[in-house]
Amino acid sequence: MSGFKDKVVLVTGGSRGIGRACALAFAKAGASTVVISYAGNEAAAQETVGMLQAAGAKAEALKFDVADTAACSSAVEGIVKTHGRLDVLVNNAGVAVDGLVMRVKDEDWDKQLDTNLKGAFALIRAASRPMMKQRGGAIINISSVVGEMGNGGQVAYSASKAGLIGLTKSVAKELASRNIRVNAVTPGFIGTDMVSHLDDELRQKMLGGIPLGRLGNPEEVAGAVLFLASDAASYITGESLKVNGGMYM
Amino acid sequence: MSTSAIETKVKSIIADQLGVGEDEIKPESSFIEDLGADSLDIVELVMAMEEEFEVEIPDEEAENIKTVGDAINYINTHKK
Repeated sequence: MSGFKDKVVLVTGGSRGIGRACALAFAKAGASTVVISYAGNEAAAQETVGMLQAAGAKAEALKFDVADTAACSSAVEGIVKTHGRLDVLVNNAGVAVDGLVMRVKDEDWDKQLDTNLKGAFALIRAASRPMMKQRGGAIINISSVVGEMGNGGQVAYSASKAGLIGLTKSVAKELASRNIRVNAVTPGFIGTDMVSHLDDELRQKMLGGIPLGRLGNPEEVAGAVLFLASDAASYITGESLKVNGGMYM
Repeated sequence: MSTSAIETKVKSIIADQLGVGEDEIKPESSFIEDLGADSLDIVELVMAMEEEFEVEIPDEEAENIKTVGDAINYINTHKK
């Protein structure tokens, strides 16, 4: 896919999993600069940077917690200062702490809402200014199928992911006049570290509910993200694109 | 900063933000009706002035800034 030449992209939670796949997809599509953020896994972040550079992009890894709204602002300011612009923001960083509603601790609720939802808000708030000045940009929020259909044991996670869909639609309306498109992707069951802890029984049960009969892979989510960021999606904003093998239609 | 320096700076921020010529910017010019601003432009203008003059313009005050003169007066009154 062409059209990313000279574009500067930020992918949060970009050291591994879906975030890494997204970052790599942009690098392979010709983005000049791909910046990833990561919370703690320095080795994985550096490995991703190496992969991005091998794909021909300028690459940078920024260590910050997206739940820290001041850090989000500084990160965006730094990117605009260093690279001159910010064209694409992919809000991918997320955490899941599973538990039934009766047993969910306040701090686990807060951690998931702060990282998954407030972090996306803070980065959108920071990125909207340079994008408005540029009169263009694309924002993609990585939501989840559980934000659409709910999931026992994931009350906070699903609430945060449903929140991202509302955030996506409202910001899409606010920024449309500046040619900034805002969309969400709602992945289903994707083979990443985040789902590797599920036991076999639960895994089999979930596979039974997926018409395509398998887990998705991070590259399949990245393909949807790349599409939504590209000119091929120039008339799409406020959309939530399902990438779930048919498990929820 | 002198009053005339403030006026010059405010006009240059408006010209830059709204893409209009400085000669079109009169104290009585309404941002929305005369200078073609929309609600996002107003927010950007307010933020640009906050940064330039190191003042905080609360939302309820910003709502009353409708003309170029309103903006200049606000900065003159609140600039430390």
